[in-house]
Amino acid sequence: MNADTLHPDRASLSMRRDGAQLVLEPRGDWLVDTIARLEPSLHQLERESGFSVLTIDVSGIGRIDTAGAYLLGRPLKHAGAADAAIKFAGEHPTAERLITEMRARQIDGGPEPDIDRSLAGVMARIGRAADSIWRETYDSFAFLGRTTTTGAAVALRPARWRVTSMVYLMETVGVNALPIIAVLSFFIGAVVAYMGANLLDFIGFSVFTVELVGIAVLREFAVLITAILLAGRSASAFTAAIGSMKMQQEVDAMKVMGLDPYEVLVLPRVFACAIMAPLLTLAAMLSGIFGGMLVAWASLGISPTFFIVRLQDTVPIDHLWVGLSKAPVFGLVIAIIGCRHGLKVGGDVESLGSSVTTAVVQAIFAVILIDALFAMLYLEMGI
Amino acid sequence: MSADLIIEVRGLRTQFGTHVVHDGLDLEVRRGEVLGIVGGSGSGKSVLLNSIIGLLQPAAGEIFIDGRLRSRLTDSERAALERRWGVLFQYGALFSALSVRENVMAPMREHLEISHALMAELADLKIALAGLGPEAAGKLPSELSGGMRKRAALARALALDPDILFLDEPTAGLDPIAAGKFDTLIRELSQTLGLTVVMITHDLDTLHAICDRVAVIAEKRVIANAPLDELTRHPHVWIQEYFGGPRGRAALRQGAGSR
Repeated sequence: MNADTLHPDRASLSMRRDGAQLVLEPRGDWLVDTIARLEPSLHQLERESGFSVLTIDVSGIGRIDTAGAYLLGRPLKHAGAADAAIKFAGEHPTAERLITEMRARQIDGGPEPDIDRSLAGVMARIGRAADSIWRETYDSFAFLGRTTTTGAAVALRPARWRVTSMVYLMETVGVNALPIIAVLSFFIGAVVAYMGANLLDFIGFSVFTVELVGIAVLREFAVLITAILLAGRSASAFTAAIGSMKMQQEVDAMKVMGLDPYEVLVLPRVFACAIMAPLLTLAAMLSGIFGGMLVAWASLGISPTFFIVRLQDTVPIDHLWVGLSKAPVFGLVIAIIGCRHGLKVGGDVESLGSSVTTAVVQAIFAVILIDALFAMLYLEMGI
Repeated sequence: MSADLIIEVRGLRTQFGTHVVHDGLDLEVRRGEVLGIVGGSGSGKSVLLNSIIGLLQPAAGEIFIDGRLRSRLTDSERAALERRWGVLFQYGALFSALSVRENVMAPMREHLEISHALMAELADLKIALAGLGPEAAGKLPSELSGGMRKRAALARALALDPDILFLDEPTAGLDPIAAGKFDTLIRELSQTLGLTVVMITHDLDTLHAICDRVAVIAEKRVIANAPLDELTRHPHVWIQEYFGGPRGRAALRQGAGSR
């Protein structure tokens, strides 16, 4: 483009009184880039009074765009002059037309919404948040109920089991998570053994490291590590996958075709999670004990043979069953929370992101809460 | 090269892997004209637009803007150039976390040094220009219908009073009344502001009402670029089918009647 586009003339505005007339004489280029300086003087114009006719002399204007035309036409709105009392003088190919056009199109979009920062507003937000905790819990149980009834209906008819989708999900949820869960659990076992080695060696009972590692890993750590990783990996993946399907109206399309999203999307995920969680937990147990065994060997001189024999003698198998019994429950809860948030996603990207975050946080929260309930339950039962 | 060409595409070749979309495509856009681009589905209309605005790197060929080779521009020259055009994407591409008004203000914030209040006023003006009511300004894009989203996207494209406006199917999904208003607006803007408009459209009424020339993409290149009256006499089979079909004829009749 020609040079003057890149270096527009500065815009300026002068005004003079001519009897009862107020004459505006804009000069230069009235473009979106050049008008910034003029804003104050136009504000000042809005306070002018004592004239009956406002004339805009357009002959001095160079180039003008919609922003310039708007700004030039704007004071007229406030100046108290009726439309009939506005006149144009001089010649310009487009200015008069643009200014009139912009004035006709002008709207007031209303003020921007404010956030209520008063004490009452803060309290109201706290109240809403507390209420939403209750509603979230309620919705989760409702979702569990709906999934259970759908599951019961489908269970009687093996022809409607979605085996392909379930096997695929078992691979992504279970097999693909195996390496990371095994590695993490290995390190947890090693850390527990180190702590035991340090403390127990001090009082001369270093051999009890075997019990410490065995009980801690079998009863709690293996299953918790598995559940937390599943919550981070799979709950988020479920929410994102189902949520984006919801956004693209794929879920609506399913409903229209007579497919139940609970049956097609939720059930396979719930089953995959509930089946894979105990298997992953078993792997985590083996790897955690292996980690503890290596550390006991290296820092306490407890040989692996002795470690395994002592483990079998002193740690009852019950601990393994306690750990494994919690895994399917965690898997179920994680899948339910992930799927529920996926189906809750609205039309926009923002809600997808916030749903994924909420799903992960809620899943981890639920896992730890349920683990505490299990601890109380087993304590009462004396296992 | 003639001075009144604002965009000039020479020998453009675009390909994705082994799939060649354009091969030896030439296109000229004159300053101040409204150019329509038509072509079958998958003929690469949007791809051409993306190549011109620089979102796609062509495999071969040159694109001149204002007579200057785009690939040779420095970063700051390119930024100045991009500042001068507005783009309306096919699906609106509004920022979903921002309200309509904030969407329109987004480019202003980046490029202009005017007060926040004036920015908001200008944004409201653009929203009104695009044909939306005042109640739309504070809404999020997800709360709007498809047609309203399109108009909000147009408001954003107009935010910086561009010299060149690229529109990808602007009237698709609009009702005939809204599409008619849209045509009037584009005509008005191109006449008063000397705006150059490049639009992809399948709307035969729009082609009639406002396009000075129409470029037809087929066989991986522009096979014709001429005013509509001349195009209807073009011997190419696809063009004959496009404008000679029942819909094309209806629009042509109507267009002739209204003139």
